[in-house]
Amino acid sequence: MSRRRHSDDSDAGQPHKRRRTSEPSEIEERLESLICRVGEKSNSSLESNLEGLAGVLEADLPNYKSKILRILCTVARLLPEKLTVYTTLVGLLNARNYNFGGEFVEAMIRQLKECLKVNMYNEAVHLVRFLSDLVNCHVIAAPSMVAMFENFVSVTQEEDVPQVRCDWYMFAFLSSLPWVGKELYEKKDAEMDRLLSQAESYLKRRQKIHVAMLQVWTADKPHPQEEYLDCLWSQIQKLKKDRWQERHILRPYLAFDSVLCEALQHNLPPFTPPPHTEDSVYPMPRVIFRMFDYTDDPEGPVMPGSHSVERFVIEENLHCIIKSHWKERKTCAAQLLSYPGNNKIPLNYHIVEVIFAELFQLPSPPHIEVMYTTLLIELCKLQPGSLPQVLAQATEMLYMRLDTMNTTCVDRFINWFSHHLSNFQFRWSWEDWSDCLTQDLEKPKPKFVREVLEKCMRLSYHQRIIDIVPASFSVLSPANPVCIYKYGDESNRSLPGYTVALCLTIAIKNKASNDEIFSILKDVPNPNQDDDDGEGFTFNPLKIEVFVQTLLHLAAKSFSHSFSALAKFHEVFKTLAESDEGKLHVLRVVYEVWKNHPQMIAVLVDKMIRTQIVDCAAVANWIFSSELAHDFTRFYIWEILHSTIRKMNKHVLKIHKELEETKARLARQHKRRDSDDDDDDDDRSTDREDGPLEEQIERLQEKVESAQSEQKNLFLVIFQRFIMLLTEHLVRCETGGIDVFTPWYKSCIERLQQIFLQHHQIIQQYMVTLENLLFTAELDHHILAVFQQFCALQA
Amino acid sequence: GLASGGAAMSSGGTLSILRSDSYAELSQYRDQHFRGTRYDQERLLRKSCTLYVGNLSFYTTEEQIHELFGKSGDIKKVIMGLDKVKKTACGFCFVEYYARGDAENAMRYINGTRLDDRIIRTDWDAGFKEGRQYGRGRSGGQVRDEYRQDYDAGRGGYGKTVQCQ
Repeated sequence: MSRRRHSDDSDAGQPHKRRRTSEPSEIEERLESLICRVGEKSNSSLESNLEGLAGVLEADLPNYKSKILRILCTVARLLPEKLTVYTTLVGLLNARNYNFGGEFVEAMIRQLKECLKVNMYNEAVHLVRFLSDLVNCHVIAAPSMVAMFENFVSVTQEEDVPQVRCDWYMFAFLSSLPWVGKELYEKKDAEMDRLLSQAESYLKRRQKIHVAMLQVWTADKPHPQEEYLDCLWSQIQKLKKDRWQERHILRPYLAFDSVLCEALQHNLPPFTPPPHTEDSVYPMPRVIFRMFDYTDDPEGPVMPGSHSVERFVIEENLHCIIKSHWKERKTCAAQLLSYPGNNKIPLNYHIVEVIFAELFQLPSPPHIEVMYTTLLIELCKLQPGSLPQVLAQATEMLYMRLDTMNTTCVDRFINWFSHHLSNFQFRWSWEDWSDCLTQDLEKPKPKFVREVLEKCMRLSYHQRIIDIVPASFSVLSPANPVCIYKYGDESNRSLPGYTVALCLTIAIKNKASNDEIFSILKDVPNPNQDDDDGEGFTFNPLKIEVFVQTLLHLAAKSFSHSFSALAKFHEVFKTLAESDEGKLHVLRVVYEVWKNHPQMIAVLVDKMIRTQIVDCAAVANWIFSSELAHDFTRFYIWEILHSTIRKMNKHVLKIHKELEETKARLARQHKRRDSDDDDDDDDRSTDREDGPLEEQIERLQEKVESAQSEQKNLFLVIFQRFIMLLTEHLVRCETGGIDVFTPWYKSCIERLQQIFLQHHQIIQQYMVTLENLLFTAELDHHILAVFQQFCALQA
Repeated sequence: GLASGGAAMSSGGTLSILRSDSYAELSQYRDQHFRGTRYDQERLLRKSCTLYVGNLSFYTTEEQIHELFGKSGDIKKVIMGLDKVKKTACGFCFVEYYARGDAENAMRYINGTRLDDRIIRTDWDAGFKEGRQYGRGRSGGQVRDEYRQDYDAGRGGYGKTVQCQ
């Protein structure tokens, strides 16, 4: 650690080493690097590194104070896993330079206000925690911190504000207590007691309708899925009972107590929480995911209990590490494994639990699903003797609890497990799961195994899957993904359209054009004779059948072959599928041909939407049609539906972006014109340019409105069909006196929840319509409950 | 919600250690057959949505590739690499995404993992052009299969030069 001697940096200094123009940014980089790297593995102790760094920074303050302030504020916000390292550093700097300490605190408050203004609530929590730990470092006076917390807690008294707003301020207060509870209680016990009792009464009266929608399991055993504030409250209560003794957090400032207690403290300026506005978006409530306790690793160190504050701190820090390093999987794995306290806690179990917590988080994981698969593989590489076993144990536990696992989470489990196995030659002790073979195939466990094997096949090939499972599992093995061509066999020659199919086959093999195809198809009779308007372009299911069956069969060799076929005969498709019934029938025939190969169905549907052969509403109606009832609970169906919704959403965003860009171009043009007022020639030429742009904007505006309307319609169709399907089931059960809660029903109601959760931002726009049109009070309470849970998420 | 990292913050910004994204960076490889300057090639690589995928087994299908690479986003097109003479798969392919971000995630999380039990490698590609789906080795396959000495059951056995001995 070199010391920069800025007293030497005068005009008479050593110019030969410095290139003055690039120096400032080089120095800033060096400072940032020094600050960020403190606390990493080093030959010296953390204390001596902190001492050294404090000295370097103190010397740099005269020239680089604002840069140092900026860097320190940024690490406070973005490296919360190293909170106490940096609070100690700030403490040491404050002890050496009181004014700097004051300026830092002011900068932090400014940064906190800004975060809250732009809805960066997760980062704001880190800032609050940092400020509270600064009390421990004698930078901030305890009473002023208590005063800030009093302002936070008083938010819970505000009227007509969303509960999620009050929740955040309560969370910011309670979650700082593991770090600073002891100190605050020692200095201001009466005030703290009052705050805690206000917290208790808030937590008692807040509504928790949303919890059911966010739980990974519906059962409370072996671990209850607690609402996050409830869990935190239990942890703080236990901490208080233990007289605020907290032993897990690393506190480097303790080693500097003699220096720090000499320092003068600053008072936090009075902090008024910014008011609620229409633009405020608060974090969604969460449920705490737990799958392990101390009984799961009897040989190793004891896992802190679910209501211990240690558990809270460990989980927070591990989540922060993933958030910091998600793009760098090797670094992320290494950082997770070098979390301090390794020998005192069963770290592998904590890591696996935190990763699954994120993977199964509802509505969505914080990061893309595939990241977690690859991260777990990296962890297995770094700890080959221990982590794979923990992972196997976790898999087994998740399997055991499938009966009560939320369907969306089961989807993610299926994706993760099959992808993971594909990296390890599909080795697994399938016989251990033979219990599922005796169950009804629609039950969660056999269903899970079936879906896993299907996904494993997609990543390899059919025979491989037959080879890797015991013979007894053949009932769960996926079908051989071959195409079913109804006109294939001579024995089918009595089928209507058989001869035309033969004709088509020959024509297509001979590179026929779209027109030739049309003329061959003209000869196909229409079973709906009366609907024929004479032009031959109305809905003719037989025409569609013959053409689509034949073409898909000829192009069955690969995805590319099928895509080429769709492209080459696009005109024929568009014409045959012009009507809504036409679109639906095309989808039906695709299914009939490829029902053994769900992956092919998915890519064909995707292509047909993108080339506008079918539209999103047609796909939605097809999924809810009676022909697909048999496959309704299969994973691939929901992959198709959600992919369809996503395409619709992306389409709307794309046109909207185009509109905004064109508007911006027009605005720039106006600006240019306004500044050239004296030049007539310019006026005329820009007038000419304006016209097209304004026309374009009008057209785009129409396009946006039409797309948004299509998007809304898609969601309404989906909700409507769900309501119809679920109501039918509920009525049937009621009149028949049978239990509503069948595997099908659980799957269906959770799929409805999934629509709300996965697309909640878009659906929020339709709340009034949904409330007035679809989710009215007359609806069965089972279905209405889902809507109410959704409303509760941002209430 | 807004992305963290301080995009909207005036007093903050981010830290270079958190910006690190080594898996998504350009490699040292540059296509020698590329028509244009180095600068052109790099400009295209930096905005490309297309990945080159190498070390595939000759038996790996388009369907398998689609399934694996579909995990990082919607795939626009998969183009299988072919032996120039035999017109059969020769162990590489191109995967094109609609969005660059999806290709980046493939570089971060699919590169260096297994497909058909083989560790596959992905790299940025400047964009598919007709002709680039063919191997450039003298025997028709990839150059690396011309000279390698080891036996690889998934890639035609021994290297071509060894086979000819």
